Amino acid sequence: MSKAGLIRLVVLVAFFGAVEALCRTGVISPKLVIAPTAMVEAMVNMLASGEMNDDIRQTLSSVGIAMGLSIVGGFALGCVLYWAPPLRRTFDPFLAAYYSLPHFAFYPLLIVIFGLGSLPLIVLATLFAMVAMILATLTGLDRIPRVLIKTARMQRLSLLAEIWHIRLPAAAPHLFSGLKLAVTYSFIGVIAGEFIVSTSGLGHQIAFAYDNFDNRTMYGLILFVLCIAIVFNLLVFAYERRLARQRGL
Amino acid sequence: MTVVARLTDVSRIYPPRAGHAAVHALGPLSMELRAGEFFSVVGPSGCGKSTLLDVLSGLAPPSQGTVEFEGKPVAGVVPEGVGVVFQEDASFPWLPVEDNVAFGLRRQGMDAAEIKRRADFAIGFMGLNDFRRAYPSQLSGGMRQRVCIARTLVLQPRLILLDEPFGALDQQTRLLMGDELLRLWRETSATVMLITHALDEANLLSDRIGVMSARPGRFIDVVETGWPRDRDSRLAERPDFGAVTSKLWSLLRTESMRALGQGAVAAQ
Ligand SMILES: Nc1ncnc2c1ncn2[C@@H]1O[C@H](COP(=O)(O)OP(=O)(O)O)[C@@H](O)[C@H]1O
Ligand SMILES: [Mg+2]
Repeated sequence: MSKAGLIRLVVLVAFFGAVEALCRTGVISPKLVIAPTAMVEAMVNMLASGEMNDDIRQTLSSVGIAMGLSIVGGFALGCVLYWAPPLRRTFDPFLAAYYSLPHFAFYPLLIVIFGLGSLPLIVLATLFAMVAMILATLTGLDRIPRVLIKTARMQRLSLLAEIWHIRLPAAAPHLFSGLKLAVTYSFIGVIAGEFIVSTSGLGHQIAFAYDNFDNRTMYGLILFVLCIAIVFNLLVFAYERRLARQRGL
Repeated sequence: MTVVARLTDVSRIYPPRAGHAAVHALGPLSMELRAGEFFSVVGPSGCGKSTLLDVLSGLAPPSQGTVEFEGKPVAGVVPEGVGVVFQEDASFPWLPVEDNVAFGLRRQGMDAAEIKRRADFAIGFMGLNDFRRAYPSQLSGGMRQRVCIARTLVLQPRLILLDEPFGALDQQTRLLMGDELLRLWRETSATVMLITHALDEANLLSDRIGVMSARPGRFIDVVETGWPRDRDSRLAERPDFGAVTSKLWSLLRTESMRALGQGAVAAQ
């Protein structure tokens, strides 16, 4: 393990050890925070009992759909804007200002339009995540070195071959950053949306437990969501490492 | 004497862009490349050498005038048989050296055995044998340029255009690469046009050297060297070698000063 990794581990162990000790000795009231081991226990019991299975399934499928839509749609829209400069000039200000909007404020409106259930959540998360992918696609296509395009022309490639064999691989690192953001934003979009107004899903269950002072369930769920997010990030990270190694980096 | 490529009254003007006036980069100039010759172009920086290469290869249309390759007009596309090595690093960072080199042949759908034979030859020729599986990010700038040269060589072009390909190399390596280029030129009987800013390099390698004026670039003279075909860097020891370099420099001195002046104005 690297030195930084070792220090990180020591800090984490020390932090959770301290919280554990403070909770167990009653310095921190269980009404505020329960002991980390109790959180793990609550999570394990919750998963074993299967009481949350429907909510887990619903949340993960909403996240998955939003991810797929925002990545594919964002890439496609990015390409359209790239090849239609007038369209791009029209939408540029909106794209630039997009992430300064309070997206979740529109959530009630989406419910009015799409009704209750998963659909408004998926729409919200997709809208939230897709623009990151659009912006990354545009950056990637903009930054392709001109000399590579000239090389494609010198190699007498067809337009399709040029896109597939030169433009896409050249833009890949930026496309991948967009993909990472889209994955994260889909998670945030769905769970935060469930938290605010929904009748099911992990976000809703966290809010419900919070409203009922049910700290064991709340912390068990929070830990579970954290675990999913970490696993997902590790997967993406591992894939990114593999891509980088494929370029000898 | 067969003419491989011919430019007639060619000029190129870059159209105005946001905040920039139009740039008259090249010409009007006319030139011919003779079959099998080694032609070099020297000129002050910014005089339009790379623009000349773009126009000659069909990568960019001339604003005026006509371009011909092997008797046929060049219009909008790079003709089959023309190979270009660019001034900037054009290696593909996502492919290891051998796949970079074989790239063009794979796209043409050539059979695997022939691809391997040609790629092996080009890789060996450019001294990249130990780096076949390496990625461009693991190579020096000079070696990446060699990858690009190999990637163009495998296409077996009849006209090879090179834009300052040895710019990233030290003087000793330059001399050795120059010898390799001469060997390649002799063995393939291709026509070569080399853009360079090194006068002794142009002198050593070329049958003829086109000397360009400051922008807009025109040929102020074409110097014939008369060197034997099987020459190499030892040519520099000949007593009459220095005279050609001096001649090139005397032609270029005032033009280079003019180009410096343009640069100073542009920088203001
Ligand atoms: N795409 C372009 N748009 C506008 N001006 C250009 C462009 N490319 C080159 N130029 C200008 O044209 C002139 C000649 O450029 P170039 O052919 O690259 O010169 P050289 O290769 O001799 O250094 C320079 O002044 C350069 O700034
Ligand atoms: Mg140049």
